[in-house]
Amino acid sequence: MQLKPLTKGLMMALPMMFLAACSTTDDAATGSASGTGADDSAISSAVAPVLTPEEERMQQYAELRKEHIIYFDFDRSDVRGEFAELLAAHADYLVKNPNVSVRVEGHADERGTPEYNIALGERRAKAVSKYLMSLGVMSSQISTVSYGEEMPLVSGHTAEAWAKNRRGVLVY
Amino acid sequence: MNTMFKRLLGSAFLLISMSAQAALEIVITEGIDNARPIAIVPFSYQGQPNLPHDVASIVASDLRRSGKFNPLAVQAMPERPSQSNQVDFDKWANLGVEAVVTGTITFIGDDRYQVSFELMDVLQGQMSKGDVAVAADGSIISSQSFILDGRRSVVNGAQLRQYSHRISDIIYERLTGERGAFLTRIAYVVVDNDDSHPFKLMVADYDGYNELNLLRSTKPLMSPAWSPDGRQLAYVSFEKHKAQLYIQDLYTGQRRLLTDFPGINGAPRFSPDGKRMAMVLSKDGNPDIYVMDIASGQLKRVTRGRSIDTEPYWTPDGSSLVFTSERGGNAQLYRVELASGKVKRLTFEGDMNLGGAVSPDGKQMVLVNRSRGNYHIARQDLETGTLQVLTSTRLDESPSIAPNGGMIIYSTVHGNKQALALVSMDGRFKARLPAVNGQVKAPAWSPFLQ
Repeated sequence: MQLKPLTKGLMMALPMMFLAACSTTDDAATGSASGTGADDSAISSAVAPVLTPEEERMQQYAELRKEHIIYFDFDRSDVRGEFAELLAAHADYLVKNPNVSVRVEGHADERGTPEYNIALGERRAKAVSKYLMSLGVMSSQISTVSYGEEMPLVSGHTAEAWAKNRRGVLVY
Repeated sequence: MNTMFKRLLGSAFLLISMSAQAALEIVITEGIDNARPIAIVPFSYQGQPNLPHDVASIVASDLRRSGKFNPLAVQAMPERPSQSNQVDFDKWANLGVEAVVTGTITFIGDDRYQVSFELMDVLQGQMSKGDVAVAADGSIISSQSFILDGRRSVVNGAQLRQYSHRISDIIYERLTGERGAFLTRIAYVVVDNDDSHPFKLMVADYDGYNELNLLRSTKPLMSPAWSPDGRQLAYVSFEKHKAQLYIQDLYTGQRRLLTDFPGINGAPRFSPDGKRMAMVLSKDGNPDIYVMDIASGQLKRVTRGRSIDTEPYWTPDGSSLVFTSERGGNAQLYRVELASGKVKRLTFEGDMNLGGAVSPDGKQMVLVNRSRGNYHIARQDLETGTLQVLTSTRLDESPSIAPNGGMIIYSTVHGNKQALALVSMDGRFKARLPAVNGQVKAPAWSPFLQ
């Protein structure tokens, strides 16, 4: 039963991904030209299909869901506005697939004590979790864990590294 | 109630012992100028087999690392006496040396060594002109007041190193009036991302020798804390993709699960009597301090509220806990009296103060102070409230006090790597412990082991 919406989604997503691959960047174009270069007497091209707004949104969400990390300000745990769409895309997926569950990991940068950062990481994981629930995801689909400063994404002791390490991660 | 403790010898973990080399070499960076000059003369040795350890050199290193003594280099010594009746005190007094230690080691067969040493006060020795009477069996008749201490013991080869630390303890106590902390250990966490199990819980002698790996994991290990008898370590493990508290016996390697509540299970601290465990749990919503009776598993909630409360630390009498809380807006240190629940704020200086540890005499608190964005180890007098920043290293955290209250070990960043460092309680002596492999953090100084 639960597979139906998933397969439907894939059937829509697959041709779109294929189209995207054909028509995207210069890099991809030069690659295919040198690879198939023998016969260029006839060049075919495709027309982008007309998408309904719902289909467009699905396509956009699928793209957004490839990203599963959001970042936080120093010593803060509120979700920044720039990550609203990203989380909406994940929420949409989770709402449509109620049997899928997600683990939200909270992380902190290395500044401050490890124990305090565990608490801070939990607060971040819970903020993400609450945000998803406000968009209709069931609490039974979400678990949270804080790794504090113990698992940095980026090594190094600079402001840049810290900004990357203050994060929430959605793990399916 | 033991049924709630699962005994685990996990498949994802390996219990291994490692080499007897010093994994953490101690490099002194500051503070020798203030130290008292003394001399540890190389012990004379009679016997066939090579000595497994250089006793005098271990003693000299111990005393130097205490920050209180500056042992004279062997090349600079005016003579090499091995007994008090051979000492020419004028020669040592001319060099400004306050005290001289001599000793002899005799191999008596079957891996057994007789070690004897004497500690002498140079000024008093000068006044008495080294007048020493020797009994028929060679022992010193110590009516001589310049001999501050002298002992004889028989140990096997493997115990020589430990016995050297014992000699250091005796000398330190005689000369300072305080107990030495050379027969102690340090627990810490090493993270080596090149390893299949990057997170390692280690124990070593305080000087980095006899390093032992207690546990390896693919997930983080945190917050090792010693039981007051020095037999057990409590720690946090994420091996099940969540935080759990474990207690592990150092001698048997057996470990048991202590807590597995939803959310945070963290910051374990044995009570001074070893019967209770302070900890942080977030099962009721926010991180709060709890105290568990270890035998029964019964929990008592100590703090409640919307703020982060963490890092409990027992006062030496076991009546109160110092803890970190951001109930006042940013993280500061508070003390809660367990019987009444009364809470008092302790710190006011700087942007944040965290990670409080109370000295064994209960008079000082060591903490992590954040001022103008910099994290340093600081000490606060608990009576006057005066705060003194002790370190100038980078991103300092996890201070742990030696059981004699003389030295602090903490974690810092040096040369782009997390490593351990030492600072004396007065801030005058500083040293680094550079590690060979990986990042080193979460140091915990053991209680006295003897």
